[in-house]
Amino acid sequence: MNKNLLWKLGLIVAVLLVFLFGIFGIPQSFSGSGLLDAMTKRINLGLDLRGGTHLILQVQVNDAVNIDSDNAIEVLKEQLNKRKITFADISKPDAQNAPDHVVLKGVPPEARKDLLDIVSERLPEYDLGSGSDNSFTLTMKPQMLSELKTKAVTQAIETIRNRIDSLGVSEPTIQEHSLGQYQILVQLPGVDDPGRVKDIMQSTAMLEIKQVLGGPYASEQAALQEKGGVLPPDAMLLPGHAASGAAAGEEAWYLVSRVSAVRGKDLRDAQASTDQNGQPDVSFTLTGEGGQRFYAFTSAHVGDSLGVVLDGKVQEVANIKEAIRDTGTISGGSMNQQQAKDLSMILRSGALPAGIKYLEERSVGPSLGTDSIRAGVRAAIVGMLAVLIFMLIYYRAAGINADIALLLNLVILLGFMGYFDAVLTLPGIAGVILTVGMGVDSNVLIFERIREELRNGKTPPSAVDQGFSHAWITIVDTHVTTIVSAAILFLFGTGPVKGFAVTLTFGLLANLFTAVFVSRVIFDWILSRKERGEALSI
Amino acid sequence: MEFFSNTNIDFLGKKWYFLAFSLVFSVAGLFSLLFWHHIPYGVDFRGGTLVYVKFSHTPNDNALRAAMDRAGLHNAKIQRFGPVSDNEELIDLDVQETSEQALDQGKTKIINTLAVNAPAGKQDLNNSSFLTIKNYLMDKDPMHLGSDADQKYSQQAQAIVNTRDKVQGGVLSSFDQLKSAVDPAVVASLPDAFFLSDYGVFNVEIVGPQVGAQLRRQALLATAYSLLGMLIYLGFRFELIYGIAAVVTVFHDTLITVGAFSLLNKEISLTVIAAILTLIGYSNNDTIVVFDRIRENIKLMRREKLSEIVNRSINQTLSRTILTAGLTFLTVLALYLFGGEVLRGFSLALVIGILIGTYSSIAIAAPILVAYQDWRIEKGKRPSAMAGRAK
Repeated sequence: MNKNLLWKLGLIVAVLLVFLFGIFGIPQSFSGSGLLDAMTKRINLGLDLRGGTHLILQVQVNDAVNIDSDNAIEVLKEQLNKRKITFADISKPDAQNAPDHVVLKGVPPEARKDLLDIVSERLPEYDLGSGSDNSFTLTMKPQMLSELKTKAVTQAIETIRNRIDSLGVSEPTIQEHSLGQYQILVQLPGVDDPGRVKDIMQSTAMLEIKQVLGGPYASEQAALQEKGGVLPPDAMLLPGHAASGAAAGEEAWYLVSRVSAVRGKDLRDAQASTDQNGQPDVSFTLTGEGGQRFYAFTSAHVGDSLGVVLDGKVQEVANIKEAIRDTGTISGGSMNQQQAKDLSMILRSGALPAGIKYLEERSVGPSLGTDSIRAGVRAAIVGMLAVLIFMLIYYRAAGINADIALLLNLVILLGFMGYFDAVLTLPGIAGVILTVGMGVDSNVLIFERIREELRNGKTPPSAVDQGFSHAWITIVDTHVTTIVSAAILFLFGTGPVKGFAVTLTFGLLANLFTAVFVSRVIFDWILSRKERGEALSI
Repeated sequence: MEFFSNTNIDFLGKKWYFLAFSLVFSVAGLFSLLFWHHIPYGVDFRGGTLVYVKFSHTPNDNALRAAMDRAGLHNAKIQRFGPVSDNEELIDLDVQETSEQALDQGKTKIINTLAVNAPAGKQDLNNSSFLTIKNYLMDKDPMHLGSDADQKYSQQAQAIVNTRDKVQGGVLSSFDQLKSAVDPAVVASLPDAFFLSDYGVFNVEIVGPQVGAQLRRQALLATAYSLLGMLIYLGFRFELIYGIAAVVTVFHDTLITVGAFSLLNKEISLTVIAAILTLIGYSNNDTIVVFDRIRENIKLMRREKLSEIVNRSINQTLSRTILTAGLTFLTVLALYLFGGEVLRGFSLALVIGILIGTYSSIAIAAPILVAYQDWRIEKGKRPSAMAGRAK
């Protein structure tokens, strides 16, 4: 054997070892199950094979914008009052679709300069425009608007991650879903009944403490009637439950202050606990700054009532007996222990900056995953054996060559998967099988060409040489076009389909090496052992 | 062994038969796409709810249908999933049963309908998650554990779920089935809080209307980009007309495959689209092999007519074409027969597509090249060199 050939053979063995390591790592034992264990550690299975839940969520980014523009309205009112500028009305004409659009009506024209000052000093993220009849419009600067929306998505991802982590779900995927706008992709391996997890993720957990100005009322209408049909401008009605009296536990409405004394971000910690009657509740602690504000508020309102509001529902109404610095509880009636635990966890993880909606939900039970693996592997083995045997019969000795190349192709493909942390899905297994079918095409192309050259009277060495060089151009063209399809699939696909694109691409890349390089080395080796003019078994 | 050596078939002479054959299938498919079954979108594209249920006994489809009807799910489609012996059913609701507020309301209705005889206050162990079971064990503490309760009960809950899903195939029919894998104290305490229904939900797919539309657009874009990619690459490697011929051929294959799905009223899911994109690649492979040979022969046989060259090239590569198609077909057939229910649509697309893709590179792609050349000569222009710019 000449030196060049030896060098190439060494390279092939090295590649084989490198990719075997990619598949198995260093296995604990070399028994069948030991190898299988080692392999499942290196190659990640997709949700469709291991079971789990896949969710796509939509972040209602307009919520976040509404919070910001509500705040802007408050600032505007405060400043206008301070500068003694009269105005008729400040409102958002279309909070649903244009949440950043604030209209200010009935301002005297000479106040324009003041207004410009207010906006540039206190609301720099807004543009001021003037409309007809002494009205002005405030709209958020487009760049600010898109930043705010993006931030809402990032924050939502962060919050959801905190919540899922504390539930003890292992290896979750939580990321922005690039195929849609303001969407989040959540994958939870091993969770096949997503009900509770979904509720926990969706809870906005917006905690506020407000002053209770009146109530409980039996209904919204009753409250309005009591107030003579008009609510004070700085108050609002919120639903809750009556705490005591004949109607305890029934739905009731409270009149509360619009401004919150404490907000969710003032929260430092929340823990599930039990009250003096042994009922589960949640106690919370405020941050230093939040505590100071709470102290100021409670000092000023001793004797009044305060309400703990969660997600727009009054959970708890209590009388302020003395100034409180930084603690409080939420019991909200009939919480059980699990709900108390979940609520405290949700509060700890922080509020979602905006509501979320579920757009897609898929959950695969582990039994289906196990069945799929079994079926996929069976199909792979049957398909492979059929091809391997056929090649042996049709090409005789050269068939061994093709079979070695095919097996090596498979090893490299799986090794790639191990190295790149690629995910093997059920369509991915199909991709492996398809690689066998399409990979053998390169061998067939080369072998048929060699046979043709032999028929034309070439000597075996020159036939092999011609066969490889002619087929090479075709092989490159065919591989590139298929990889183009696979790349597009990867870009546009999700989950299982992406897994398919990955295995197909790796398989084809590996095939370039095995069908062309490895196969050629084997031919050269066979030829080097033959006498001049001896026939080639093909 | 050799199947085809030195064949000399006049493929181009049969082009009218090929055209007729392709027309029949394209038109039939197109007819079905437009007037009959239309595009049978799978749940990925049309939106909707699919709930896969395994029963502990053979379910009665009619009774199930009647129950769904009573629950207000009038459009529920109920069909057997897999072999009868698996006792598995697929319940299919259209997109109206998903709502903006509660995506899973259809699923909830189905589960409420199935859970008819549930004892009050107990949970169904066959449809409880690992977390629920673990939480119950942590609260109840049947093994009277101290410090490492969390880990121990995780193991126990996992053992229960594993026995149910991996050993018993998804449904437990008696608590005794847990005895071999789970601590006896745990097994004894389970009936206090759990009961066993006769079914287990093993797979759920819910796609809202927004995602459905999103996926439809993406599938269309992916296919279009794929075709465009081919056109550009082949135009660059050969000549524009080769690219056009290849893309027309692949479009023909795609149309016939999608048409076949419509004719058979088989649903087109995301994985079927993946299969179709693979076919675009595969069919192109085949076409390129023939084109490569044409390009090579044009240089060798300068005196011959193009139709003669094309015929010769097809014959020379025929052996390879048939062998590769046969081998790929073998693997795909293995997928179709043994790959399980989930991959059925995917492998069907490949089975149809490989047959059509192989046929079309001979019967469609090559004749387009010749027809183009004839057309140029007829218009009195110099015949194009056709040799391509690359080596």
